[in-house]
Amino acid sequence: MKIKNLINWSKQNLFSSVFNSLISLFCIYLIIISLPPFIDWAFLSATFEGKLKTDCKTSGACWVFVKVWFEKFTYGFYPVENIWRINLSFLILILSIAASFFVKDKFKIYILFFLIFIFPIIAFILIHGSFGMQIVESREWGGLALTFILAIFGIIFSFPLGVLLALGRRSELPVIKYFSICFIEFWRGIPLITVLFAAAVMFPLLLPADTYVDKTLRIAIGIAIFESAYIAEVVRGGLQSLSKGQYDAAKSLGMGYWKMNIFIILPQAIKTVIPGIANTFIALLKDTPLIVLVGMAEILGMINLAKANPYWLGMAVEGYVFAAAIFWVVSYFLSSYSQKLENKYSTEKK
Amino acid sequence: MKKLSNFKNNLSKNLQWQNFLPQFFLLLFFCLLIFYFTRNAQINLLARNITSGFDFLSTNSGFDVQFSLIPYDGSFSFGRAYLVGLLNTLLVSFFGIIFASILGFVIGISRLSENLLLSKLSLFYVELFRNLPLILQIFFWYFVVLRNLPSTEKSLILLNFLIVNVQGFYFPKFIFTNFPFVLYGIIFAILTIFLVKYYSNKMFYNTGKYLPVFKLSLVFLILFPLIFSFLGNVGLKFEQAKLIQNFGIFNYVGGVKLVPEFLALLFALSLYTSAFIAENVRAGILSISKGQKEAAKSIGLNNSLSLKLIIIPQALRVIIPPTTNQYLNLVKNSSLAAGIGYPDLTSVFAGTSLSQTGKAIEIIFIVMMTYLSISLFISLILNWYNKKIAFISK
Repeated sequence: MKIKNLINWSKQNLFSSVFNSLISLFCIYLIIISLPPFIDWAFLSATFEGKLKTDCKTSGACWVFVKVWFEKFTYGFYPVENIWRINLSFLILILSIAASFFVKDKFKIYILFFLIFIFPIIAFILIHGSFGMQIVESREWGGLALTFILAIFGIIFSFPLGVLLALGRRSELPVIKYFSICFIEFWRGIPLITVLFAAAVMFPLLLPADTYVDKTLRIAIGIAIFESAYIAEVVRGGLQSLSKGQYDAAKSLGMGYWKMNIFIILPQAIKTVIPGIANTFIALLKDTPLIVLVGMAEILGMINLAKANPYWLGMAVEGYVFAAAIFWVVSYFLSSYSQKLENKYSTEKK
Repeated sequence: MKKLSNFKNNLSKNLQWQNFLPQFFLLLFFCLLIFYFTRNAQINLLARNITSGFDFLSTNSGFDVQFSLIPYDGSFSFGRAYLVGLLNTLLVSFFGIIFASILGFVIGISRLSENLLLSKLSLFYVELFRNLPLILQIFFWYFVVLRNLPSTEKSLILLNFLIVNVQGFYFPKFIFTNFPFVLYGIIFAILTIFLVKYYSNKMFYNTGKYLPVFKLSLVFLILFPLIFSFLGNVGLKFEQAKLIQNFGIFNYVGGVKLVPEFLALLFALSLYTSAFIAENVRAGILSISKGQKEAAKSIGLNNSLSLKLIIIPQALRVIIPPTTNQYLNLVKNSSLAAGIGYPDLTSVFAGTSLSQTGKAIEIIFIVMMTYLSISLFISLILNWYNKKIAFISK
């Protein structure tokens, strides 16, 4: 009975016509030539146990490489005894985001406020060290943690600037309007890598000779300004979706420009663009590994370093597959979550 | 009455000040910032003994690049190096856009296929490529795939046409004699197509019938260059790359060589962008209401005709704006070439030239402005096209 069902099902879905059957056969062929060798390489004939490259004797992947270098890939050269500080700051972040699902709408705004204004300070103190904790210079930061730190700081700091730019772009004051437009279009028109080069090489020339701004900080600022242009466009979309009645109503209550925007317009606009902001964050997360090109030791930098290590030559594939798996999982789940939100809001509108 | 007008005056004055002050402060702040930066830059450059200005563009660069469309070596100027980089960026962007569009279109339509296997496989493709950082994909293609190809002596030769080894891909070079005649043929074909199109439009207005312009155009485009090349005695030779041994080192010489850096960048850019374009295509086709498809069926159009005449023209309106954005992203993303040393604008100019001259401000300025101009140029063209095909509501 079951087999009959299966045959019926495949007749309907896979072999409904000659053309369809050909396509199905082609797809099956593709799967057969690619999937088994990959599974064999990654699992069946892979080596998981061991401490050295010489432990890998089979033809498959040498996951020993990833195991040995795992700490370096995730935390870079951050001192081992202080790694708990990075973990703690990410834990705070995850907990406060998780909390926002369970509290009432009224308190969500406080969590947002905490994330934008207080969390960066706490995280910086924890990761950089202060108040008697051992200070870890930012050049020792690295690995996946650095990628996430820069992406998260980038999105948090770009948010206020992005909102201001979005308001500026819709302003009736010509100077502010055209300044915002030029600013947004400039940053959206250039690639991130030129911004990183500028932050790494050009920016120190623009400051007084005796001031020294740390390279990681310069790059973080560059990323935040770059990203604020994208956030501005997302927020502008939200502002445009509001009906004019909201503005009129706020004005008729005697609210000024700032009061109107802060209490009436922005809360509604930002609510509708949360999926857009999530998408911007995903894009930023995928762009952040670019910092490897200006000599930062983030995860790809660490992999390039590890594969050049004389004891581990020729291990590039395992490293890249490891990094790919992490980025893929994070990016996939974030984007499916944001899609879910998008659907939720779009049905609410209808 | 007087009170009211007084109040009005007061209010408008108030409003004017409210409007004026923020704009004034913004301008003031911006000017002060620029002044502050230029002042610091002047002091810093003086201290480091670097002259500012764009004179360096005409001095000898003194470095070589491994892939260039125009003659170039160390004795050429930095201006020429800029041109080399710009052309390389445009080259990889051009082919990237073409491949990404074709792939994206095919995958996007496959995702909507009735064939479950095909649609799931396309879904897997899209989710795989768009959720991985581009730089990782470039590294993967370059360090894992292309760098592990067989060495020169053991090259793979596909169909006696393409030679593949660790140095790159070698295509045969086409060598034409009397080539201009082919061009004349193409020009003649284009002129004929315009004439036929004009005639067909006229016929359509008069009689309601029209000619199969598209098929005729294809025939003309193939036929006329062939006739012209026959008349003009155009010769065509393939020049295959040859294996030459020099001091014990094997090397292929001749043919058209594509370096692995270019190929890695091209593969990664095309696959990454095609995943996004596929989603745009899918969304565009889904946006067409069911009624349109049913209407097309009810007037007797078959599947392919309804796709061609009803669905795709409408879907294009939805597909084009976000796809424009993807093209822009592709051009900007081509700057990731710096990661594997493909000599594009960023790596030649913002990389090598910058470290040679130390003129960070000028070079970063030029590079940013170039990308900005390319971006604005593409968005201008596509905005114009977008306006052309937009719905004209009556």
